[in-house]
Amino acid sequence: MINKVRPHLSQNELLVFERSSPGKKAYQLPELDVPAVDAAEALGAANVRAEIEGFPEISEVEAIRHFTRLSTWNYAIDYGMYPLGSCTMKYNPRINEVVARTEALAWAHPYQPAALAQGSMAVMAQLEAALAEITGMDAVTLQPAAGAHGELTGILLIRALLEKRGNPRKKILIPDSAHGTNPATAAIAGYAVQNIPSSATGVLDVSALAQIVDKDVAALMVTNPNTLGVFEENIIQAAEILHKKGAMLYMDGANMNALVGIARPGDFGVDVMHLNLHKTFSTPHGGGGPGAGPVAVKKVLEPFLPAPRLKRTGKKWAWDYNRKRSIGRVKAYYGNFGVLVRALAYILAHGGPGLRNATVDAVLNAVYIRKRLEAYYDLPYSQANMHEVVFSDHRQAKLGVHTGDIAKRLIDYGFHPYTVSFPLIVHGALMIEPTETEGKHEIDQFIEAMISIAQEIETDPQLVKTAPHGTRTSRVDEVTAARKPVLRWKPA
Amino acid sequence: MRYLPKSDFERREMLGACGVSQPEELFAHLPEAARLGRPLNLAPGISEYEIVQYFRDRAAENGNGFACFLGAGVYNHYRPVLVDTVVSRGEFLTSYTPYQAEIAQGTLTTIFEFQTMICQLTGMDVANASMYDGSTAVPEAAMMAVRATGKGRVLVARSVHPEYREVLLTYAKNQGMPVEEFGYDPETGTLDLEDLERKMDDFTAAVIVQTPNFFGIADQVKEAARIAHGRGALLVVVFTEAVSLGILEPPAEADIVAGELQSFAISPSYGGPYAGIIATREKYIRQMPGRLVGQSVDSRGNRAFCLTLATREQHIRREKATSNICTNQALIALMATVFMTVYGKQGLRELAEQNLAKAHYLAGKVKPRFSGPFFNEFVVKVGAVEDLNKQLLKKKIIGGLPLGRFYPELADSVLLCATEMTRRADMDVVADTILRAATPTEVTA
Amino acid sequence: MYPENFRYTKEHEWVAAVGDAGTIGITDHAQQELGDIVYVDLPKAGTHIEQGKSLGSVESVKAVSDVYSPVSGEVTEINQTLAEKPEILNSDPHGAAWLVKIKLSAPAELAGLMSAAEYEAYIGAEK
Ligand SMILES: Cc1ncc(COP(=O)(O)O)c(C=O)c1O
Repeated sequence: MINKVRPHLSQNELLVFERSSPGKKAYQLPELDVPAVDAAEALGAANVRAEIEGFPEISEVEAIRHFTRLSTWNYAIDYGMYPLGSCTMKYNPRINEVVARTEALAWAHPYQPAALAQGSMAVMAQLEAALAEITGMDAVTLQPAAGAHGELTGILLIRALLEKRGNPRKKILIPDSAHGTNPATAAIAGYAVQNIPSSATGVLDVSALAQIVDKDVAALMVTNPNTLGVFEENIIQAAEILHKKGAMLYMDGANMNALVGIARPGDFGVDVMHLNLHKTFSTPHGGGGPGAGPVAVKKVLEPFLPAPRLKRTGKKWAWDYNRKRSIGRVKAYYGNFGVLVRALAYILAHGGPGLRNATVDAVLNAVYIRKRLEAYYDLPYSQANMHEVVFSDHRQAKLGVHTGDIAKRLIDYGFHPYTVSFPLIVHGALMIEPTETEGKHEIDQFIEAMISIAQEIETDPQLVKTAPHGTRTSRVDEVTAARKPVLRWKPA
Repeated sequence: MRYLPKSDFERREMLGACGVSQPEELFAHLPEAARLGRPLNLAPGISEYEIVQYFRDRAAENGNGFACFLGAGVYNHYRPVLVDTVVSRGEFLTSYTPYQAEIAQGTLTTIFEFQTMICQLTGMDVANASMYDGSTAVPEAAMMAVRATGKGRVLVARSVHPEYREVLLTYAKNQGMPVEEFGYDPETGTLDLEDLERKMDDFTAAVIVQTPNFFGIADQVKEAARIAHGRGALLVVVFTEAVSLGILEPPAEADIVAGELQSFAISPSYGGPYAGIIATREKYIRQMPGRLVGQSVDSRGNRAFCLTLATREQHIRREKATSNICTNQALIALMATVFMTVYGKQGLRELAEQNLAKAHYLAGKVKPRFSGPFFNEFVVKVGAVEDLNKQLLKKKIIGGLPLGRFYPELADSVLLCATEMTRRADMDVVADTILRAATPTEVTA
Repeated sequence: MYPENFRYTKEHEWVAAVGDAGTIGITDHAQQELGDIVYVDLPKAGTHIEQGKSLGSVESVKAVSDVYSPVSGEVTEINQTLAEKPEILNSDPHGAAWLVKIKLSAPAELAGLMSAAEYEAYIGAEK
């Protein structure tokens, strides 16, 4: 029987369970240097399990082929441009992977005595200092595991400060262009969400804001530049309005790649913000994570930061657990240390001037794409954009082709799609973020592909609507997946 | 700068195409007051070689060459070489969340395998694609139980990892979710079931227990389930030592399992990144946080996988979402998947048996404080904890975790862990040092 | 297209009532806007529902839409078929895919809803 029936360079691959056969092994343990123990005796017979039904049993060669073959079914930054808006898919320097595996860093146990963890703590201290300088804020916690986790930390900090001032207040204002994690976070922090409409130009409407902010408002959560890639030109006034009413300004720093070295949130009125080290600071996304979401704050919020905090005593680093006003822990131990190492390696590689140059190139790439695609795709907001540009499928939708279809057709041209259907304020959004690590050649090819697709839609919309055509897997039926969920393998 | 691919010539060309002569003009629309009028106060960039050296220098400031008897949620297990081989592949390392299923089948298939293996291990029906870690999985499980039961209160055992409990409190504080603790039996180290029964009420949404518990003891999941279910609460079972599932009865009576997979080839890395999981019964699927991968077909009828049931999540349900989690720990979950594949059915069992044997060898020399059955860690009363650990450090050994910080009543005790990596000779030194340091009654009574 | 004997809401629900016995569903326009429906969340029988309040939700792959009750009353029956076959909401929204039956507590509320003609004009204008 011929197994290889799908267009791909390697043999087809089953699930590991389907490849298993009893008795196969990919491991070998050393001989025990102590007497074996009878499990039933040591644990009580009732506590000992039967064999793990269905668990894999394959050989080492089969294991490496299994995962290698599967890997080739993925697109990746290493293959080409990955212009997912809001996600900042930049090159992941390999040196970062090497240094994160430095033995005494990678094998440091979180509870080993501080005297034996001085190097790890120094890495964290240096990263905290660098991020404080980059954001213009006074203090940084590295504990949160990702952006959304940082948001929660930040909103809890605001709540703690307001509570100390006598009233935690009731609601958080969130622009309708915001990422879904913002409202979800506010709800977990115990706040009601009030959505505020963006102005006709897609930015904060400060006069409307002035009307809305009252004694019930704890904070405004704003992304800057916002999810259209547009700098919130009235951010300073917005901060003043909030501060006058005793409310705080939270900034979602997912888009910091537009600002590093150019503008600092701490200088334009932000009280607390998170960073996504897995976006701006090049740590790899790894198919969905891990990330790290450090939170930077102004001095007033510093006493509330999660415990423990790094502290310098004499010539030594120590963990300070004695933080009476802390919001508590948001995570066990100290943060996603391995991710922090990678981010610091990135900052060291660039240095101050290099970081700024990266920002300039990131913005230049996005502005260039906008200039060259404006004639082909509808640009719903015409403000100057920064690191990303958002088009809509307005013109193409008239021919029955939507942003999701255009995205799928891009795959046939060798590119990963842009972000589809976000932000929600743009109907049929195409959100394109090239990042600074794309060269002119790659970007020109991307632009040519987008133009070619626009033309295909005029002549052969069906071709685009059924894309991708060149992939091993064609369009996946998401409706059936949701109607009849199959979430695990079971033996036939 | 080596990560920026453009030449100055190309840069000028592109600026020209944008109708801009100086890069600064790209930022001209930013309000003057918002702009940083100076260079960042950070040193200039350095070479690859210097970066390696910088981190080697930091590593040299850490402890090097110590044998380590710490467990307490983070375990020293061997990492099979295949794990880094696989996760270093650019296709896994440098891809995003698999939103575009057609070109993400690699990630989607491995997550589907991961979900399956977690179900097989835990005895649950469904598992998600990962949480940040075990500690945040606990409040997520509690919030899930609140949604599923319509009740509000949470009872958590004191033998659950203390830092996990702290995280639970941080999340619970602002949600009108009262959290109360119940105790452990000072003889056995297992749950104080009477205390649990006393504290149960009809408003309790979840009872949270850990097995093996923080003291390393296989705890009484069945009894806790009976009590929780008797009052209409869900039982949440936490684990921090995933290798134990190679030999311990899975927590099949649980409604939700919230666990940490660090033991599965994830280096300790001073506390992270690790990977948490939530697994549950079929009927609670729609209350689950986090991403899920499901099986489907493509338009040519071939089996294919995609993210599914996304309406639970923040990008669709926003403030009504089951969680705010977005980025998770996918690559770390892949490490665990490779680990589970390499060890497999027999290997995980054998690995667990070796852990059991090592810990019981050590425990045979120094009497454990609790009588409950333990896996690869246990508590020993040693008297002057800090003195003991100082003596051990001189012998290049990091001793057990002093428990006083988390349990004042155990200030005279340490939590010792032995894994397949622990050498007999080091265990002999530890046992010897403990026996010498203590008065005979403290250790052998 | 839109049955004459139904009354309609601006949120695209319909109610058909005989005396105080009502049946509630979503309109054909609503199902079209949502696309392929994959899941329906309904209240338990016996639940008391107020007019204009959410009585459940309808989900497609990438959207969730609340269903607002057109009238007040007590839910007497829910459509069990929808749990297994949510797709009938796409094929037969005004018939087999009714959502709940309800005992109206204020039948006078019906007068405030739209007729079929009014509803068609309303969705015409909405476009
Ligand atoms: C604007 C914005 N805010 C918040 C987030 C959430 O960050 P994370 O995925 O790291 O939790 C994202 C990214 O997904 C984002 O793009």
